[in-house]
Amino acid sequence: MRVMVLVKATEDTERGVLPTTEEFAAMGAFNEELVKAGVMLAGDGLKPSSAGKRVAFDEKGGSSVLDGPFAETKELVAGYWIWEVSSLDEALQWVRRAPFRNGVVEVRPFYTAEDFGEALTPELREAGVRLRRATGL
Amino acid sequence: MTSATQRTVEAVWRIESARLTASLARTVNDLGLAEDLAQDALLAALEQWPESGVPDKPGAWLLAVARRRAVDTIRRQVTLERKLALIARETPEGDDPMDAIEFDRHVGDDVLRLMFTACHPVLGRDARVALTLKTVAGLSTDEIARAFLIPSTTLGQRISRAKKTLSNAEVPFEVPVGDELTARLASVLEVVYLVFNEGYAATSGDSWMRAELCAEAMRLGRMLAALAPDEPEPHGLVALMEFQASRLRARTDADGRPVPLDRQDRTRWDRLLITHAEGALRRADHLGGRGSYVLQASIAARHARATSTAGTDWHSIAELYDELSALTGSPVVELNRAVAVSMADGPTPALSIVDKLSEITALRGYHLLPAVRGDLLLKLERRDEARSEFERAAAMTGNEAERTLLLDRAASC
Repeated sequence: MRVMVLVKATEDTERGVLPTTEEFAAMGAFNEELVKAGVMLAGDGLKPSSAGKRVAFDEKGGSSVLDGPFAETKELVAGYWIWEVSSLDEALQWVRRAPFRNGVVEVRPFYTAEDFGEALTPELREAGVRLRRATGL
Repeated sequence: MTSATQRTVEAVWRIESARLTASLARTVNDLGLAEDLAQDALLAALEQWPESGVPDKPGAWLLAVARRRAVDTIRRQVTLERKLALIARETPEGDDPMDAIEFDRHVGDDVLRLMFTACHPVLGRDARVALTLKTVAGLSTDEIARAFLIPSTTLGQRISRAKKTLSNAEVPFEVPVGDELTARLASVLEVVYLVFNEGYAATSGDSWMRAELCAEAMRLGRMLAALAPDEPEPHGLVALMEFQASRLRARTDADGRPVPLDRQDRTRWDRLLITHAEGALRRADHLGGRGSYVLQASIAARHARATSTAGTDWHSIAELYDELSALTGSPVVELNRAVAVSMADGPTPALSIVDKLSEITALRGYHLLPAVRGDLLLKLERRDEARSEFERAAAMTGNEAERTLLLDRAASC
């Protein structure tokens, strides 16, 4: 299953305080572990909300642009990973290994094909694969 | 036991088992014994964690337990005294060994050794697949048996025999070097791609488990690519699997009927997997790889980049098939080349490729040969010949849905 791991903002991240060399090294080691375990698909850090904008929609679909920073620090996202794991529990065990000292990390599963039913019968699947190969794809 | 704790133990196991088994195997230089010890540690965790809670460093906990068992086991075997000394030396003394033990920095190398050992050519293909899923992927015997539709006891025996074979052959726990590396790496890649295709081709069985096999294979492939980053073929295999898997949700319609590539809703392709695959392929290219997985991934990439069948770079696909055909000598690859040539240059040159293939014994009875030939003849408006080719293909296939499809095509000629 695919999950998005959302690292919530803290006062430090919102102030734009950059990690120390040690913190960078620890995060690098953790990321390397994720890659070597084959679970990492993507991940990055985000600038503070002061660098961000929001687009708000009204009931009629009209929109207006709001400038950051935004107030609700704990609800803001400071970084993310996308992982492919075998279960939500596995994702949680990985998160517990992350080198954070403060803050909250939220794990959210993606919708996937499995959520939309498994109607396909074995015969149909097999036919699909053979035809795919027949056309060289 | 609470099911929550059990799930936690299983999750920890998925993360730790390869490193644990690998680290133990290096110490005792015996994969079979290492696997037994790791399983003992897993049982201990299942017994104790519901009471004690999950330790802060679960990996270190498991390793400490397994090493203690190793010492106990080997103490009973006088002939293995030398190994005992080795373990005693590696097990730190102290009030609480749990604090002191952490995986060392060579653990990645150990996991790579584990992959090479589990895929050793002294083992048959089925044995390599089973042992890899058990020791590297950390799946249970039941899970593997379910995925491959065989009884759990059969799978268990297969794994025991494999471990015994490795032990009897005194297969060293190491990563091969030099010329041997290429051949041994091919064996590992083959196992990973077999697992993927077992899931992707899903001829029967528990469909959920089958999807898991694809995910498992991609995970194993990414592990291999990360642990042997200078080898192009693992990156190529990762890219190939990810490009193929990116179409999983588009290749069947709402009723589960297969949707051929030219009619797939390309907006449903998994863009994140494609992006990741492109990255893996770039690394393979950067390393100068032109092996069969890199070439297949390059072909898959041409499809992933196209917004439509017409907009597909068929010329470069035909060239890549040409290179792949020369490399593998496979008539099936040559048949695929014919399809690409037909898209790039029209049916006439493609038909001459297919006609040459008709003389090859290995393809006799291969229904896709007349199916492709029928398709080319139809494009050339040679309808009678096309119809008889589709009928011939329909008679050859053992698959009902496919036969229907081919007979429909015959009827429309």
